[in-house]
Amino acid sequence: MSDIADRVKKIVVEHLSVEEEKVTENASFIDDLGADSLDTVELVMAFEEEFGIEIPDDAAETIQTFGDAVKFIKEAS
Amino acid sequence: MRRVVVTGLGMVSPLACGVDETWSRLLEGQSGAGPITKFDASHLATTYACEVPLGDGSGGTFNPDDWMAPKDRRKVDDFILYGMAAAEQAVTDAGWTPEDEADRLRTGVMIGSGIGGLSSIADTAVLLKEKGPRRVSPFFIPGSLINLISGQVSIRYGFKGPNHAVVTACSTGAHAIGDAARLIQWGDAEVMIAGGAEAAICEIGIAGFNACKALSTKRPDDPQKASRPYDADRDGFVMGEGAGVVVLEEYEHAKARGAKIYAEVLGYGLSGDAYHITAPSEDGDGGFRSMQAALERAGVDPKDIDYINAHGTSTMADTIELGAVERLMGDAASGATMSSTKSSIGHLLGAAGAVEAIFCILAIRDQVAPPTINLDNPAVEPVLDLAPNAKRARKIDVALSNSFGFGGTNASLVLGKVSD
Repeated sequence: MSDIADRVKKIVVEHLSVEEEKVTENASFIDDLGADSLDTVELVMAFEEEFGIEIPDDAAETIQTFGDAVKFIKEAS
Repeated sequence: MRRVVVTGLGMVSPLACGVDETWSRLLEGQSGAGPITKFDASHLATTYACEVPLGDGSGGTFNPDDWMAPKDRRKVDDFILYGMAAAEQAVTDAGWTPEDEADRLRTGVMIGSGIGGLSSIADTAVLLKEKGPRRVSPFFIPGSLINLISGQVSIRYGFKGPNHAVVTACSTGAHAIGDAARLIQWGDAEVMIAGGAEAAICEIGIAGFNACKALSTKRPDDPQKASRPYDADRDGFVMGEGAGVVVLEEYEHAKARGAKIYAEVLGYGLSGDAYHITAPSEDGDGGFRSMQAALERAGVDPKDIDYINAHGTSTMADTIELGAVERLMGDAASGATMSSTKSSIGHLLGAAGAVEAIFCILAIRDQVAPPTINLDNPAVEPVLDLAPNAKRARKIDVALSNSFGFGGTNASLVLGKVSD
């Protein structure tokens, strides 16, 4: 697994208090990992902070799964 | 009029987490004061306070993990955490966790706070200034709003009745219990979870009250002697933190389910000073009228009052309240005991009235008045017994609890033994 994926996973595990095994490629933050809409806002903020990038609101809405997040950040960084 | 009784108690205080743990230490005359550890206070005029004792949950310590999951705790200010802890204790004590929808619809929550998420607001303001608006957490607002203890408690237990929160500075806890009792009397609910919480021991909180000249500053070397209501050498209040929550219940409802009944809310009085933003009038008129109204509602005479838990903050206003109480009590003053438990736990601001109402309830249960510690040299010669430095075992059937707040807002509760 890439360094970016590891760092994203660490953030997700910390913020949502979920087990690492559950954070899979297609795991949806809301449907599978127990996040609500405010949690997803906070997750995006944490990604921005960790990777020094800006994720615009319309892009943030497309980040639904762990895989989406990793893909977006790889392309943005 | 429907009668309202107390069937559950919960508390987080500077003496301990838990009602009985706090009560036993209070009766022993312990102090919860010490140097401030939550942040570096060395540059402030006041460097000590009554902090909630953190720990692993044993020996009366407060373990945040016992009350909210780390994931959820991160999203709320400490005043909400304390409120949730006290509410859970109270609900568990009352044995009232209904699964039935009809019962949930008839259960409400009214837990307030004097200031709310002060520390979160201060921290977020700094963050906003330093890093910009995009770093402000989506949980900042719902984690700071005063009514969010009531909201969180309703979500945790599914209580769908009236959901409300009082904000009347240092009278908050007493107003919450009084107002919630009235909602039950009027039939808006059968059960109400009511009380107050506060967590204002933070840099901006201490600096703010220092600026009002309200806090004790003279005893950094001996903080446990700093809160000394009625004593000639008092120099301001010592800030406390924590929460007090009670379960209030319609009397027949409580009887029908075989609930343990601690006491009855006999009376509740409110008044406004219309005088000054931070000081009571010299004659204590506002507090007097608040007490008078509560006694009238309760249908009791001054001679029926056995114990008074004073507002008594360890400020100049102590003797004003003392004068008002003695005027109210008249010839009966010499037969009553009044103490200020703020001598032990400091001033819990919005939580004070709820915590002190619980002390009144326990005083009735155990027939003992907690002491006013550090009262070595009374500023005036009292007619009332102020229980200086030692608890007082005595008959206590009816107790009065006073809370007075900035803005000139006063609340008094009369609590008594339940009789058929």
